[in-house]
Amino acid sequence: MNLRLMAALGAALMAGPALAAGGAEILKSQCVSCHAVEKPANTSFERLWERKGPDLYYAGSKFNKAWLEKWLQNPERIRPAGELYSRHVKGSDKEDVVDESTMTPHVKLSKADAEAVAAELMKLAAPEGMVEKGAFKGEKVSMSMGAMFFNKLRGCAACHSAKAGTGGASGPELYTAGERLQSDYIYSYIKNPQKIDPHVWMPTLNLAEPDLQRLTGYILQLSASEGK
Amino acid sequence: MKTNFGQRLPLLLKSALLLGSSLMLAGQAGAAEAYTERALRNYDTYCVQCHGINRNGRGINSRDMSVQPRDHSDAKGMGDIPNEEIFRVIKEGGLAVNKSVLMPAWGNVMNDEEIRELVAYLRFVCKCGSTN
Ligand code: HEC
Ligand code: HEC
Ligand code: HEC
Repeated sequence: MNLRLMAALGAALMAGPALAAGGAEILKSQCVSCHAVEKPANTSFERLWERKGPDLYYAGSKFNKAWLEKWLQNPERIRPAGELYSRHVKGSDKEDVVDESTMTPHVKLSKADAEAVAAELMKLAAPEGMVEKGAFKGEKVSMSMGAMFFNKLRGCAACHSAKAGTGGASGPELYTAGERLQSDYIYSYIKNPQKIDPHVWMPTLNLAEPDLQRLTGYILQLSASEGK
Repeated sequence: MKTNFGQRLPLLLKSALLLGSSLMLAGQAGAAEAYTERALRNYDTYCVQCHGINRNGRGINSRDMSVQPRDHSDAKGMGDIPNEEIFRVIKEGGLAVNKSVLMPAWGNVMNDEEIRELVAYLRFVCKCGSTN
């Protein structure tokens, strides 16, 4: 460890800040207390409540690298009510609200560190079968049809926000999802969230193929229009 | 009408012991009302997002929803829904009982046993019996 650290320090001094030497070390020293970077042996219901952040062991099949680099330098909230939402909500005389006193800002990295960590995270491919490669066919969808399915017919808007400031809060905001996530991941998640994250509180809705294509396309296109 | 929790108790007790989860007993003056720890945890994980931390239908998601989630603490409203329908709406979603799609189907996330435990838990929350 000391030797490796010294080697990394030495290399960094010689090669300047853009060096990727630190990616794995940063993950180990600053991230694994909250994020699993290896597939956990235990994927029980209890673990959902115990973990302090979303799993990252399949990050390479989930995120777009450019988004990771950007977000790690300037982490903005993705889940309006945190992870796990039940721990961060409180009653009010109207609807439940987020108890801001329980929310902490995410660790922020320098540009060089963010790039090194992003490169390391992109190596973490999902286990075989978790994300269906090539599942999203890439067809353009009509935004008004997409919105109708998302809001009315399939009820996604109950838990997700398709536009800043409106919609549900227990799931990640989706108007930035196209920038954040790979298309096949979006498709696979909508098809069966528990296959990716056992026991997670998004239902598996047995959606038909045209629905999966349409909703994935809609979310990707949203990012281009609303996510900016 | 008052639900006879006494009748349901042995079954719940058995499943609770089998699952290694503890049985929660509440209620005053001998009226033992029972639900499993697992039902409580499932509710806090899957239902609170819409039905609210106070079980009053005003979850964090409810602000912008076009159909409001049912108030599970409302004895009258909940008392009118038979156990069978509650089971079905949790397992198959609102559409299966001619209600809103905004009430999702949880049959792929919880098994029948867990859903039955939730029905019993909802009866505890509403302090109401079923019409049948
Ligand atoms: C104190 C716990 C904690 C630590 C330490 C932490 N994170 Fe996080 N991380 C979180 C939480 C909570 C979220 C969810 C934030 C949100 O949704 O707004 C998150 C979200 C993320 C995401 C987005 C994941 C997703 O599924 O949307 C990435 C990527 C990430 N963290 C990377 C890192 C890296 C890299 C480090 C180390 C440099 C790190 N985190 C350290 C708690 C932590
Ligand atoms: C009952 C609430 C709920 C409903 C309804 C719901 N979701 Fe989700 N969704 C979630 C939660 C919770 C997560 C992820 C939790 C986490 O990682 O913190 C999620 C995650 C996602 C993700 C992955 C986002 C990411 O950043 O990882 C996509 C894409 C998604 N949902 C799309 C949909 C679509 C499309 C629908 C409608 C068919 C839908 N969801 C319905 C709660 C919901
Ligand atoms: C995405 C939001 C959402 C989630 C999550 C949710 N519900 Fe609902 N629920 C609703 C809405 C909306 C209604 C009202 C439907 C209507 O009146 O058309 C409802 C109605 C109900 C009803 C009354 C059904 C009837 O016949 O009138 C029951 C019982 C119920 N939900 C139980 C649950 C349980 C148990 C859970 C957790 C496993 C849960 N719900 C999770 C939104 C939700």
